[in-house]
Amino acid sequence: MQFGIFSVGDVTTDPTTGRTPDDTERVRNMLTIARHADEAGLDVFATGEHHNPPFVPSSPTTMLGYLAGLTQHITLSTATTLITTNDPVRLAEEYAMLQVISDGRMDLMMGRGNTGPVYPWFGQDIRQGIPLAIENYALLRRLWTEDVVDWSGKFRTPLQGFTSTPRPLDGVPPFVWHGSIRSPEIAEQAAYYGDGFLHNAIFWPMEHTAAMVNFYRQRYEHHGHGQADQAIVGLGGQVFVRASSQAAWDEFRPYFDNAPVYGHGPSMEDFTRETPLTVGSPQQVIDRYASFREQVGDYQRQLFLIDHAGLPLKTVLEQIDILAGEIVPVLREEAEKARPAHVPANPPTHAERVAAARAAGTVGEQHVAGEDRWTGRTAEDDVEVTR
Amino acid sequence: MTVPTGSTRPTGPTGPTTAERTLVVVSAGLSQPSSTRLLADRLADATVAELAARGVTARVHTIELRDLAHEVVNMTLTGFASGALAEALEKVTAADGLIAVTPVFSASYSGLFKSFVDVVDKDALAGMPVLLGATGGTGRHSLVLEYAMRPLFAYLHADVVGTGVFAATDDWSDGGGDDVKPLPERIRRAGRELAETVADREPARPVGLYDAVPSFEDLLGG
Repeated sequence: MQFGIFSVGDVTTDPTTGRTPDDTERVRNMLTIARHADEAGLDVFATGEHHNPPFVPSSPTTMLGYLAGLTQHITLSTATTLITTNDPVRLAEEYAMLQVISDGRMDLMMGRGNTGPVYPWFGQDIRQGIPLAIENYALLRRLWTEDVVDWSGKFRTPLQGFTSTPRPLDGVPPFVWHGSIRSPEIAEQAAYYGDGFLHNAIFWPMEHTAAMVNFYRQRYEHHGHGQADQAIVGLGGQVFVRASSQAAWDEFRPYFDNAPVYGHGPSMEDFTRETPLTVGSPQQVIDRYASFREQVGDYQRQLFLIDHAGLPLKTVLEQIDILAGEIVPVLREEAEKARPAHVPANPPTHAERVAAARAAGTVGEQHVAGEDRWTGRTAEDDVEVTR
Repeated sequence: MTVPTGSTRPTGPTGPTTAERTLVVVSAGLSQPSSTRLLADRLADATVAELAARGVTARVHTIELRDLAHEVVNMTLTGFASGALAEALEKVTAADGLIAVTPVFSASYSGLFKSFVDVVDKDALAGMPVLLGATGGTGRHSLVLEYAMRPLFAYLHADVVGTGVFAATDDWSDGGGDDVKPLPERIRRAGRELAETVADREPARPVGLYDAVPSFEDLLGG
């Protein structure tokens, strides 16, 4: 089972000092956090994608491409990639490029985004969120799996004879997750394609998460990708850990009370009871997170949000050390002990996906290079050719 | 208050049945005892009696918003319902009929009443039979039913019955209030209208988040 961290990249004032990092510092901190997670032995670093302050990560593949060169083992991912407002052609290109650069040490998670104005800013209508997610992803898959694509749809200008480059590494596209909190249509989409489903449960009661994951599992089986318990499931989570429970509560409370989204709302006592947020000792985090498999089944990826709400970099790096040193090894061992043999331990790696594709005969050994008909030519030349 | 379940005799697929119905009462009264709750209970009793006269038994579930006030505010901040609020929202969504009663605060429904309506799913009340009630110090507030409450429920596509009931303090006195159309008569009439609307419908079926998910082929084709 994989354990990692995800960042929404918020620039938030530290409520205990009144200090606010600027955008540059926050971006650099994210890079430091990702490198530290890699060195500490966590499995995944995922960055969000936002296009409005106070969030800095607008260009995930730039960040992840740089991290691919700096890190050794960690899987680089997103949380989320906006399948609604990004051009699916650019997504196909950018994430294939990241896949090649990282030598397959990446995957990505599709999401619709929860910031209303982003849709009009990028020329879309939020009421079309689900149709956009469906159509754009269907095109994205074709761009990765078919060398030459003719396509027309509702939301994007048509394509004739388009080839997305670079072609996916070894002819096999990146593994894709779909994230949604309350839209079963997206769980259905993940199940239809046999992709992963990640429920970012950090603001939600676990019963809701369990119901959504269970729906995805049933539909995964319905669409013929395997048994329900073999579907690829990820969860979002949120922790703050110190050696003693009291120290964790005392230190985290001002960050909780002033946090974006839930600050000034429910008490930390209520919120830690109702949602996966766990504030306490390493053993308390272990006990809580080891229990989630009882509700959602054996799952493959657990991500933690640890760098938000104005927490200083030093504290975040300490959280990574505690997670990687004292919590994850125990959780991983317990998950491995509980997991039936036929259930995948991890999401598929690139090497596993290549092996599976070759075994299924759905990919050739060598990609055949296309002929350049376009460079240096004008539209008028093309009219001449086809005349 | 719970009315015992009677025997149910479906009349077949073409007409409404006498199967048990569920009425949910939402009372936004803040004091205890509360005249808003008193009016809500009377409206529920009248509706149950009128349903019984039509051979339909009804189960009543009453929600006191005062008990959910903190959870309502939390949900407006966090987006999810916690604890007893989650259960209350499920009851409202699954009801065959809704009786909604608020005190008049500053010329309108109370803020808590509106906040509760705000956290109900926007489609949950579409087509639902609804009876409106309000309470206030004097009869001069009575049009609050028509200019504040009715438009709110019209926006939510609820099927609001024609008679709403406003109870002023005077209405609760023996000889006070309205001599021509006294409160008990208005309550009976409103209960009859809600009962007729509810009895005319098939019982609501529980609707889950996952019941109406289109197949992926439909999503792709759509």
